[in-house]
Amino acid sequence: MKVGLPQALLHYKYYHLWETFFNELGVETVLSPASNKQILNAGVKSAPSEICLPVKIFLGHVKALKDVDKIFVPRVVSVEKGAYTCPKILGLPDIVRGTEGLPPVLAPTIDFTKGKIHFAKAIYNLGAQFSSSPLKIFKAYQAGTKALKRHELKKQEDGLSKTGGLKIGIVSHPYNIYDSFISLDLLKKIKKEDVSIQTSESLDKKIIEDETSSLPKELFWTYEKEVVGTALHWLKTGKVDGIIYLLSFACGPDSLAQVLIEDFAQQYQDVPLMSLVIDEHSAEAGLLTRLEAFLDMIKRRKKIESNHRPDGLSANYARGSVQAA
Amino acid sequence: MGSLQIMLEDLFRRLEVDYVFPPRSSSQALSLGAAISPELACLPLKITLGNMIQGLRAGADTIVMMGGWGPCRFGYYSQIQKIVLKRAGYKFKMLTVEPPSRGLSHFTSPFKFLAPGISTRALWNIVRRSFQKGRAVDLIEKACLQNHCYVTEKNKLAQLKKQTLYLIDRAESKNEINEALRVGLKTIDSLKTEDKQPVLKIGIVGEFYLLLEPFVNFDIENYLGSKGVYLERSVYMSDWISPSGKNVVGGHRQKEIEKLADPFLSQWVGGEGQVTIGHTISFAKRDFDGVIHLLPFTCMPELIAQSILPAVQRQYDIPILTLVVDEQTGRAGVVTRLEAFIDLLLARKNEMLLRN
Ligand code: SF4
Ligand code: SF4
Repeated sequence: MKVGLPQALLHYKYYHLWETFFNELGVETVLSPASNKQILNAGVKSAPSEICLPVKIFLGHVKALKDVDKIFVPRVVSVEKGAYTCPKILGLPDIVRGTEGLPPVLAPTIDFTKGKIHFAKAIYNLGAQFSSSPLKIFKAYQAGTKALKRHELKKQEDGLSKTGGLKIGIVSHPYNIYDSFISLDLLKKIKKEDVSIQTSESLDKKIIEDETSSLPKELFWTYEKEVVGTALHWLKTGKVDGIIYLLSFACGPDSLAQVLIEDFAQQYQDVPLMSLVIDEHSAEAGLLTRLEAFLDMIKRRKKIESNHRPDGLSANYARGSVQAA
Repeated sequence: MGSLQIMLEDLFRRLEVDYVFPPRSSSQALSLGAAISPELACLPLKITLGNMIQGLRAGADTIVMMGGWGPCRFGYYSQIQKIVLKRAGYKFKMLTVEPPSRGLSHFTSPFKFLAPGISTRALWNIVRRSFQKGRAVDLIEKACLQNHCYVTEKNKLAQLKKQTLYLIDRAESKNEINEALRVGLKTIDSLKTEDKQPVLKIGIVGEFYLLLEPFVNFDIENYLGSKGVYLERSVYMSDWISPSGKNVVGGHRQKEIEKLADPFLSQWVGGEGQVTIGHTISFAKRDFDGVIHLLPFTCMPELIAQSILPAVQRQYDIPILTLVVDEQTGRAGVVTRLEAFIDLLLARKNEMLLRN
């Protein structure tokens, strides 16, 4: 039995969990190749043109997984009480099922609005398709969560250990940040400069929770809470020198989160913020120009600030954000 | 919007709250709203924002907006609209009426602010009565929509609708509302002419706001009605706010929808995603000639439905026209596409008649 794992969307959050889980149960996993032009084109062909880039890319990955017995598309409805992921992630298995000429999907429903027992059952039922031993399934799941924890800790430590140069925080969904094809190689471009990068993964989950629960109304999308909470925390504390907010043109949750984040950026002006809106037509050259302008502005600002002019005007001089089209 | 307005005006009258209703949605409301809206937000946010501006300009100092708990964007509209309006310099208080599913007080507190001292029981009775009224209006609208093609004297039907809505609007007690509804439905029915048959049967599905607001859907119902098409619509106002999903006006109960949609979309995805799929299948099973799917640009639940509809279309062999609407969509383009769709459906129908 070969199970295909699309390297897109929530792959960037839970890959270590699922891969370990399947392998412990003796199931071979096949990962789709890194995003590329063909994958995008295949995805664009089978999705409505208005849907967000990450979902298009996801469909491309699914299509790249032709020689497997099943494709793993978990239906992640909710990962905590009181909040959902995103409607499109809720409907993802159905979107894949509706695409012609694909192997069947393996789509357990993860829905914490229905409680922990529902979750345990979902995991058991998934494992039971490959093993008749409940103990083995339980152990496989345990190994999976351990692998995921290890990975998350490592990410957190990586973020904290970074020193020197400018500190730039990137707020976005992980699939935007780490899929270099979506982000137009943003990470690499930044790393070329003397810059260390922070993401929400380097923050304690508690910090994010505290920030978002201070909003007049709690956000009901978990992953959007991470985006907004991280931006808020950095804006308030000044723990980074600048924030790049990367969002997909047709992203529903981000279209509203953008208002929250930019509103806070106006209230806390010490940390400059640049919003970068991307879609499949975004050009690398344009991104590079904006990125350079933004980093230059921050460097200038830092220089002025370190000159300590007593009139206090200097820092204002360089304030403001570079707005991406 | 007919039923929503009549229901809310009734509610505020009974609560003895001084209110202004913004003028009907128009291109002015849209351009006012769009000018300060987040560019990537969905269309209903922009228009309702325009409605709010018009209300504030007409002297309102408090905005009452509906809320929600996700996963679609609507539940967070009022938060965003509040920020955007404040930034534009408006002074007001925003009250958001949340669905009671996460605690009754989310629902009652805005009303208790507006009508201080009212008991929860009294409030509940008022809300129930107003809702009954809204539902009665919906039932009249549905009867007019579905009987339109069987009536020869269209003017009479329009006049009768106006009269009945007026009577429902004026009705006070439960019995008065029911009586106005009963008489209205009966008279509408009596206008039908035996020999009239519809040219085509078309079902309309899609996002709630777009389905309900004639300004944003280019008055599609009247347009198709004037061509002699029999129409059914998947969602009515009271279905959208009704907590139970039972006693629906527009076709199927929540449970039936889930069952119909299950082979294609087995998960509730917020908004009307599942309703759209379920009703499309229902229309196909009931031998409708075609389905029109209306969705706002970037609408999340409807995009899921749109991704899945081709599979439904393949299995049930029913033509589906998808109309994506944003602030740039022009009437001329929509009418052209509707005409082409009608031609296609007519050709198909003729072909099938010849074959049989
Ligand atoms: S959160 Fe945004 S980018 Fe991610 S799947 Fe949903 S709409 Fe697309
Ligand atoms: S249903 Fe669609 S258009 Fe309506 S609020 Fe939700 S996302 Fe926006």
